[in-house]
Amino acid sequence: MFKKVTDTLFFLNTADQDHYRVLRRNIIVIMLLITILPLATMVVINYFQYKSHLKSQIIAPLYAMADKTKHSFELFLDQRLAIIRFISTTYNFRDLTNEMNIKKILISLKKECCGFVDIGLINSQGELISYAGPYSLLDKNYSEQISFQETQIKGQYISNVFMGFRKYPHIVIAVQHLTENGQTWILRATIDTAFFDTLISSMGFSRQTDAFLINKNGILQTNSLYYGKTLEKCPLELSKITFRSNSFGGTDDENRDIIIASSTFSIADYILVIVQPQSVALKSWYALKTEIIILFLISITIIIFTVLKMTSVLIERIRTSDEHRENVLSELQHAQKLSSIGRLAAGVAHEINNPLAIINEKAGLMGDLIELSKDFDKKSKFIELTSSILNSVSRCRKITHRLLGFSKRIDIKIEPININHVINEVLDFLEKDVLYRKIDVTLILSGSLVTIESDHGQIQQILLNLLTNAFAAVEEFGAVEIESKNMDNGGVRVKISDNGCGIPPDVIKNIFDPFFSTKKEKGTGLGLSITYGIINKLGGKISVDSKLGEGSVFTFELPEKPNDLEAIDG
Amino acid sequence: MDNIKVLLIDDEIEFVETLAERLELRGYTSKIAQDGESGISMIANESFDVVILDLMMPGLSGLDTLRQIKEIDKALPVIMLTGHGSTKDGMEGMRMGAVDFLMKPLDINELLEKIKLALNESLKG
Repeated sequence: MFKKVTDTLFFLNTADQDHYRVLRRNIIVIMLLITILPLATMVVINYFQYKSHLKSQIIAPLYAMADKTKHSFELFLDQRLAIIRFISTTYNFRDLTNEMNIKKILISLKKECCGFVDIGLINSQGELISYAGPYSLLDKNYSEQISFQETQIKGQYISNVFMGFRKYPHIVIAVQHLTENGQTWILRATIDTAFFDTLISSMGFSRQTDAFLINKNGILQTNSLYYGKTLEKCPLELSKITFRSNSFGGTDDENRDIIIASSTFSIADYILVIVQPQSVALKSWYALKTEIIILFLISITIIIFTVLKMTSVLIERIRTSDEHRENVLSELQHAQKLSSIGRLAAGVAHEINNPLAIINEKAGLMGDLIELSKDFDKKSKFIELTSSILNSVSRCRKITHRLLGFSKRIDIKIEPININHVINEVLDFLEKDVLYRKIDVTLILSGSLVTIESDHGQIQQILLNLLTNAFAAVEEFGAVEIESKNMDNGGVRVKISDNGCGIPPDVIKNIFDPFFSTKKEKGTGLGLSITYGIINKLGGKISVDSKLGEGSVFTFELPEKPNDLEAIDG
Repeated sequence: MDNIKVLLIDDEIEFVETLAERLELRGYTSKIAQDGESGISMIANESFDVVILDLMMPGLSGLDTLRQIKEIDKALPVIMLTGHGSTKDGMEGMRMGAVDFLMKPLDINELLEKIKLALNESLKG
């Protein structure tokens, strides 16, 4: 199954260029999939985990803050109630009906404890009997008011906020006092709520955080940053405010993303609300989110870049290695073809050689006989004809001998060789090229060249390769010089110089490497490496010297005898 | 240098007969053997001044024939003929005592030259 998949993905049987394109595409797609998919999954999982974690981290403190603030409020209100209760127990009814006394009490309350505006005494019938404060409320009857009724039932009362005569928000607190003789009266005080704002600001919320009080009817009890002034109706739904959850609060009527935390008072009809815009609350989450996304995008970019780059390199390597393999294969096929052509040629040449020898002798005899006979009609014409036959036979002989000579290249054998002869043989072979391209070939061959033990066919191959290269390097009318010389150590040195295009230094470094070719499609890049290999095998060495634009000199040396005969036979 | 007796050993009768005739025209006495064995028996019964021996023959090969000739008469100069472009057998023959080798088709003047050289060598020897 797996093999089948990989086979369809990577072993394609399409046309060559297409093959690499498809292979490249498949590798890129698969590599991207197996790298990006887990990364993306991890990022998504992390994203949601961090999100839920951070949310709870952000919401919990907000609720804690709400509770804490509520406690501060309750403490404040409790204190005020306690003071009033203390007064009610300290003074008796009669003391409090005395106007002087109650005014004194108000003065000391104002002095010691901020927020008190007025104080009044109400009897069990709801009538205000005694009052100290800025208003003239004496004899007002409270018996119909909720505050009076509630105080009668619960013993104490904290009112919602209301606007006093001076347009300042106030609340009323009242405490019921029960005397031993069953008499009840109520001590009632008005408190300025300016202190509420001080309390909220002392909690140290950020500037965008809104904290306010509302009552159970949704009426604002303090000023709100976003939702209006004291005693206005708060546009937020009460159910939304009091619902305690770990999720984000959602939006308000103005489509602000907000988080709401609230805490309900136990001693009064208030709810403390903290509203924080999500942009503020989730600042750290947004920063983290941005970081995650940036990191993800950077990783993706790096992955894509790396995958593309690596795939390019990989495909290029595959392509080169494929090309090399094809070159080797075609070189091998070429060699095999040459070898079979060689054998065929040798067979033909050998078969032709015998009849050719007979023609040669017959024509020779004919010529002999004509020359020896007396003059006869057209004798000179016959002599001419026979010598023409003999000349043709001689040409044929040259051809058959050359064919026989070249066919032997494949069989390695060591024999005495005069390099000069081999040079001439190879030049015969390249005669057409020399004539056609009008190349000026100069031979500086040593007349006393030593005979060396070497392989005839291989030396032919060396010379053929080097001369073919030299001829390819020169322009028309170019010059190639071949020089042979004895060396001091008994070997032979052959120098082949041309005045052709020359070889750049960076090419010279690799010139004997297999598959290194500057002829692109035309060459296999094996010629000089084969030459190098053969010369090495025969115990010699080859060197090259070239100047760009001036020409190249290839020099090879062959020893008198190859060092290791057995290696060569093998 | 008169009446030099040449033995031609070659299985190609058309070739060897014509060559013999051409040598006769040039004043040589030439005899023909069509294979190695008959050539050897002729050498054993008659004396020759020079032997021209083809290397490629059915039956006894050229080199074997050469070896046996040399066993009978070590001084008898032998010139070898070969149809091959290869000089290998020729070299081997020379190592075994042949004086020279020539490739078919022959240049008659070259052959005469080699015969003369061979005879001079053997006279010297």
